[in-house]
Amino acid sequence: MADPFAITDCALIVVATGEKAHNLRELHDRLQRMEDPGVMYFHFWDGLLRPNFVDPEYQNDFSAWAYRHLHDQRLAERLSLINPGDYRTMSALRQRVIHIIEDRMDEGDFDPHGDAGHSFYFMRSQIVIFDTRMRVHTPEEMGARIPRMSTSSIFYHFIDARRRTATRRNDFVEWLKASGDQYGRLADAIAMIDPYFNTLLEMRAQLAAVFEHHLGTLNQ
Amino acid sequence: MTGMLEKYAAVEGETIIDHLRQLAAPLKGMRMVHVNSTRAGGGVAEILHRLIPLKQELGIDAQWEIVTGDERFFQCTKSMHNALQGNREDIDGDLLRHYEEVNQQNCKRLQNKLSDAQVVIVHDPQPAPLLQFCEQRRGKWIWRCHIDASKPYRPVWRFLKPFVEGYDASIYSLPDFAQPMRHPLYIIPPSIDPLSEKNLDLPDEEIRAIRSTYNIDPERPVICQISRFDRFKDPVGVIAAYRLAKAFGPPLQLILAGGAATDDPEGEEVLAEVRAAAAGDPDIHILLLPPDAHRTINALQRISDIVLQKSLKEGFGLTVTEAMWKGKPVIGGAVGGIRLQVVDHTTGFLVSTPEGAALRIRYMLTHRDRMAEMGRKAKAYVLENYLLTRHLREYLTMMVAVLSGSRDRIELSTPNFNGGKS
Repeated sequence: MADPFAITDCALIVVATGEKAHNLRELHDRLQRMEDPGVMYFHFWDGLLRPNFVDPEYQNDFSAWAYRHLHDQRLAERLSLINPGDYRTMSALRQRVIHIIEDRMDEGDFDPHGDAGHSFYFMRSQIVIFDTRMRVHTPEEMGARIPRMSTSSIFYHFIDARRRTATRRNDFVEWLKASGDQYGRLADAIAMIDPYFNTLLEMRAQLAAVFEHHLGTLNQ
Repeated sequence: MTGMLEKYAAVEGETIIDHLRQLAAPLKGMRMVHVNSTRAGGGVAEILHRLIPLKQELGIDAQWEIVTGDERFFQCTKSMHNALQGNREDIDGDLLRHYEEVNQQNCKRLQNKLSDAQVVIVHDPQPAPLLQFCEQRRGKWIWRCHIDASKPYRPVWRFLKPFVEGYDASIYSLPDFAQPMRHPLYIIPPSIDPLSEKNLDLPDEEIRAIRSTYNIDPERPVICQISRFDRFKDPVGVIAAYRLAKAFGPPLQLILAGGAATDDPEGEEVLAEVRAAAAGDPDIHILLLPPDAHRTINALQRISDIVLQKSLKEGFGLTVTEAMWKGKPVIGGAVGGIRLQVVDHTTGFLVSTPEGAALRIRYMLTHRDRMAEMGRKAKAYVLENYLLTRHLREYLTMMVAVLSGSRDRIELSTPNFNGGKS
């Protein structure tokens, strides 16, 4: 049996880098020399913990900016289809964004020097992680606990886990895999949850539903 | 659980409060001092009145000090404020020297409190030079800029920048406002307190009484702008918008209500301009309210059909968030923090001219269902993003981050976090 699951929580604080881009050409040029991996992480993942109200279809900040401020729907659509989970490093992800922008600039029907209504600000964050002292001993107990977990805890175990575990999986899957073969299908089902096109509240609800469904089946 | 936190738990849920307690645990017993230039009037004082007791309840030894000054000092800092917001205001050298001297005197007065504190948060330009004069300091010093300093008037910013560059970090309401500096630039939008007298639910009879006190006709539509009488708030532009909209027929009433801040010497002059612009129109209600008229302001916002905040420059308009919390759609100037607070076409409208404001007033008054829907969304948006508990959480996170250096990941259980003790 695995060790008890230590429920951890986190809080983010946003930090401006002081770098900004007024148009697409500048965005491209700044990205070329933006080596801090925290910046790419912020613009692709941290949005889950930030105020969000409109344009949920544009999940990363680059696509939302292209849509809302450059008014370039074509670019926005292409950028929005990037799945950051597909990239092993933030550098590779950055290269993918740069390539999409370059392709768009080459198309010729769009002025990359045209001023955006609002600049793109490059940001990063600092994350403070703390132990809630709550421990979960069994998957059944976990199923009951998840609906009461904070969204920031879901972020830590489901999103942040991907950059601190060797397997790049989430903490729930890691723990279930170590909890016994009978939980293998539950772990696989959790691994199938798309972490990117959901809000944290939706992710929590999906996790709870998957636990309930599989544990209910196991107990029958 | 006791005290204020318990009341917030009742409004927002216990999870949020537990979160705050855990985040604050390593800061327990730590002395922190906030410094600004007034205890009454304006958004900064209002936020501090609410944040500090909550920090104290979480076990932080939080204190609040103010710098004091004479008329010349505040004349200088008002010009500085305007210049940071982009006005071309050249400030006389004598006045700038006086500004430094007043800060030096204040530093002497506050020396013991400031040098002992583990965290000092200095708000806006008025007390910014304190850092330079406080040579015995041992804690972390953070400059909190509440102003939209995105395009400052350069000569004034060049004067001020050396005073703020030495801080360990600075905080801005939006990334747009941050001026590049060598220290970390944190982004923390302000908040409102749902339990304060300005925002709590009021009994119907109290609202009716205030409507009657100020002779507001309950049968006719009301628009209002609540803010200090300050040119950047464009009260004269609001009167122009009211007149343009009214010319199309709605029997509008306009309330322009605001108080005077003790650090704003221009208020009376602007008030006179506003009265002149109103030209005795009985449907324009210009109300100069005392700083503690919170329930009155609360009621005036609730009486209104639409709330305006047609600022030309704005760090972060607390009155915008207050109105949204009351389920009112807001027509805001498309500037500064208002662009973040008002989601255009969803929780209200962003406008750039009196004509634009008039157009949106007319639109909403003739599409009442849409207006009500915007009001509902406005309240939901504030609930998720702009309440005091979120603000406090970010302050605590920032404090932990500053005390831990510039690491991206800070694990509170690790021995690396020394709680700021050297």
